Amino acid sequence: MAKRIEVGGLNVYYGDFKAVEDVSMTIEPRSVTAFIGPSGCGKSTYLRTLNRMHEVIPGARVEGKVMLDQQDLYATGVDPVAVRRVVGMVFQRPNPFPTMSIFDNVASGLKLNGVKDRKKLTAVVEQSLQAANLWNEVKDRLDKPGAGLSGGQQQRLCIARAIAVEPEVILMDEPCSALDPISTLAIEDLIEKLKDRFTVVIVTHNMQQAARVSDQTAFFNLAATGKPGRLIEMGPTKQIFSNPNEKATEDYITGRFG
Amino acid sequence: MSSPDGTAPPDRPADGTPAPQAEPQIEDLVVGEPAGPAPHFEGLAAAHADDQPTQAAAAATATGPKLELGPVGHLGDRLFAGLARGSGGLVVAIVAFVGVFLLALAIPALADNQSSFLFSRVWEPGGEEPRFGIAALFYTTVVSSIIAMVIAVPIAVGVALFTTYYAPKRLAAPVAHAIDLLAAVPSIIYGLWGILFFAPILRPVIDGVSGALGWLPVFEKPTGDNVGVVFTASVVLAIMILPVVTAISREIFAQTPIAHREGALALGATRWEMIRISVLPYGRSGVVSASMLGLGRALGETVAVLIILSVPNGNDPWNSSIFAGGETFASKIANNAAEFDSPEKTGAYIAAGLVLFVVTFLVNSAARLIVARSGPGGKRPRRNRSAGGAAAKEGAVA
Amino acid sequence: MSVLAANKPAYDGQTLDLSGKSGARAFKNTLATVLIVLAFAVALIPLLWILWTVISKGYSLLFDANWWSQSQRGVTVRREGGGAYHAVMGTLIMGLITAAIAVPIAILGAIYLVEYGKGTKAARAVSFMVDILTGVPSIVAALFVYAVWITVFGFNRVGFAVSLSLVLLMLPVVLRSTEEMLKLVPDELREASYALGVPKWKTILKVVVPTAFGGIVTGVMLGLARVMGETAPLLILVGYSKNINLNPFDGFMGALPTMINQDRTELALEPAADRVWAAALTLILLVLALNLLARLVARFSAIKSK
Repeated sequence: MAKRIEVGGLNVYYGDFKAVEDVSMTIEPRSVTAFIGPSGCGKSTYLRTLNRMHEVIPGARVEGKVMLDQQDLYATGVDPVAVRRVVGMVFQRPNPFPTMSIFDNVASGLKLNGVKDRKKLTAVVEQSLQAANLWNEVKDRLDKPGAGLSGGQQQRLCIARAIAVEPEVILMDEPCSALDPISTLAIEDLIEKLKDRFTVVIVTHNMQQAARVSDQTAFFNLAATGKPGRLIEMGPTKQIFSNPNEKATEDYITGRFG
Repeated sequence: MSSPDGTAPPDRPADGTPAPQAEPQIEDLVVGEPAGPAPHFEGLAAAHADDQPTQAAAAATATGPKLELGPVGHLGDRLFAGLARGSGGLVVAIVAFVGVFLLALAIPALADNQSSFLFSRVWEPGGEEPRFGIAALFYTTVVSSIIAMVIAVPIAVGVALFTTYYAPKRLAAPVAHAIDLLAAVPSIIYGLWGILFFAPILRPVIDGVSGALGWLPVFEKPTGDNVGVVFTASVVLAIMILPVVTAISREIFAQTPIAHREGALALGATRWEMIRISVLPYGRSGVVSASMLGLGRALGETVAVLIILSVPNGNDPWNSSIFAGGETFASKIANNAAEFDSPEKTGAYIAAGLVLFVVTFLVNSAARLIVARSGPGGKRPRRNRSAGGAAAKEGAVA
Repeated sequence: MSVLAANKPAYDGQTLDLSGKSGARAFKNTLATVLIVLAFAVALIPLLWILWTVISKGYSLLFDANWWSQSQRGVTVRREGGGAYHAVMGTLIMGLITAAIAVPIAILGAIYLVEYGKGTKAARAVSFMVDILTGVPSIVAALFVYAVWITVFGFNRVGFAVSLSLVLLMLPVVLRSTEEMLKLVPDELREASYALGVPKWKTILKVVVPTAFGGIVTGVMLGLARVMGETAPLLILVGYSKNINLNPFDGFMGALPTMINQDRTELALEPAADRVWAAALTLILLVLALNLLARLVARFSAIKSK
């Protein structure tokens, strides 16, 4: 489990609009990598190219390479559906399936992909909820609707759902931006725990959060409105926050813009 | 079969990405073609996809177990997308078929027609020299429907305002449902009730108006005790379209932004002034479009009109009064179903039906156009998934 | 005195007029209120009147077991007796056949518009055609089927022909309501499913459609309620039969609207009038039951339409 991601010369387009330009980076396995940067710098867009979720949007396309260990996610013969089974995603707003119970939400990835073995499902659901620090809160009401949980619990449910399909990588797109501080703390604790098993990539707007949870930090910026977003610099979180190489990074981190 | 959703089978890349090999390569990554021979699986063959990564893994010097990134079964996707597309196509085919077919049957009859189809009032489609025109049908259809709309719309607006801003909360929902129930009553029952119970009480109204304004041909006093007149049909049609117009108006009035309403109230407006200043202007286009939809319903209504309207005697001169009997497109066709014995005759009725269809369609299109053009009554904004929208969203969110 | 004057109270001693608005404005406001309440009353009168008429004149026969189990076979307008079984069955059979044809096409068509064709020219063409269908008056739909089924193919007037014309009326209603419901399903749910590596068709079938299910069922029932009350296609496409005929491909068939229509000219005769009103009440109850069921289902729907 947990794979290294290597990205080379990646450009992302929406139709004719170039949203992200020439990003190359290596994301280490069993670590947390944070993407920070001002609004519209393309960090969420870029994140979505790591499991080909951008293709959901008509007109979006990518040039460049994304390697998961030795395998190019964009090679011919690679199925985006298969890619998403190994690179999971957690979204900005908690989005449990409203028609499903807590149990079914967690099991949904397996069930929808054809796993019927009840024993296995039960085991996976428990493990995943344990791993998402949610088991103790919901173990007595697994058959209740997932939408009945609090926002923070729903987000952990979504993380459990993503874990349940045993991906190599988990992408998180501002997972705490819709949550209160206490729920945010719970998610941050969870992220810390997840990196033992997965490669975790998190987009965040909150620099304290990036500093708290991540091992590596990548700073994205764009030259001007309408210009594509670029990777400015990337390095160990400590170094980025204490001694960045680029002026723009320092300005952003010290709150001079963004 | 382009698939913008990103779940396209891999042999048909959704995004038209050029082969990534052409891109600058990272030094330490060049360890052969990692994804294996990338065979082009088609349909059922995808079921064997499981075998592929094993072969690929043998060839590669991977650091870990090879991931299965080959095609997953997309047979379901193809079948389902095919079914959905097929259904969409079927709808187009049905409409085209209906149109072509009706035209094909109407045109020969129209070609044989000895009188002006649009301007004649005679209707004798049979025989050696068929003569038929829709002028009288058109007149009765349009006049009865417009009167119905004129009666229904003010009442509907009143009811909509009552349920949204006047009725106590607890009363509003049941009242709204009660009005909706009017829509559930089948039209044949409206017709029956209309002619038997409602027409007699309209009698004094008819007598009164025709007594005062009878010098106008439109209000000319009817002969005899006939109650099955255009006006009666119009009032019943008004009752029938009331729920539609009410429901749409209600929805739009309820959407008036609180800021508009409170803005008016904060200026010291009375409830009526608040409605006049904020609610009515906001909902105007919606009410207009609701009225048009109601009009469309009225134009096509068949059975209620058929039961209520008394068919004028063939030898009587044509009467433009709304206090006389008559026939609409729909009632004419339904009344003479027994006459469809020859293609020529049927063709004449089909031609009339086509005109009705065109008129209804124009009215409905006008309603939709009004909705689409003006903001408030229009569609609620939805999340835009197009490329531009997504880019804008990214800008707003990231 | 001077001391007192210096010690002025905080307020200026003038009272504001908070008693209400000026006469003319108050009058207008009251007038508007009266008119609006009046409009409501005017709208309610016909509803109550119709319901009262139909219920008071029709209820008695409904308590007769024969009404639900017998046909009108051999019963003349002057005689009492018989039931509406043939007509109820006819209405149900034709309605269900209509639904069986229209609902799958409508739901798949809506799925095409929302999930596959969104924004494409083809989808706009389909949508336009649905708009056209929405405006087709029932008599025109009936006329079309008559032209195809009877004039061209030379088949007989049968129940199935009625169903075909009703399909044209039901299809756009169900398609549009389903489309609206599918649009209400947030994209977040689709993305969540895709992110789990679920193929698109399964996402639609197992996530999107179940989420919109309540609304879709509501649309289907309202559509069904609408076509079951239609009379015009029945008049043109199938003869009224007093006998029980459960075969939609052969022979005339009874239906509630045509049962009403059959005897509506004989209302002077009490047995005929009783049956007409009882049939009308039965039809209203049937349509009403579908409407209420639709509302009930909508209440338990996972997403709210309003």
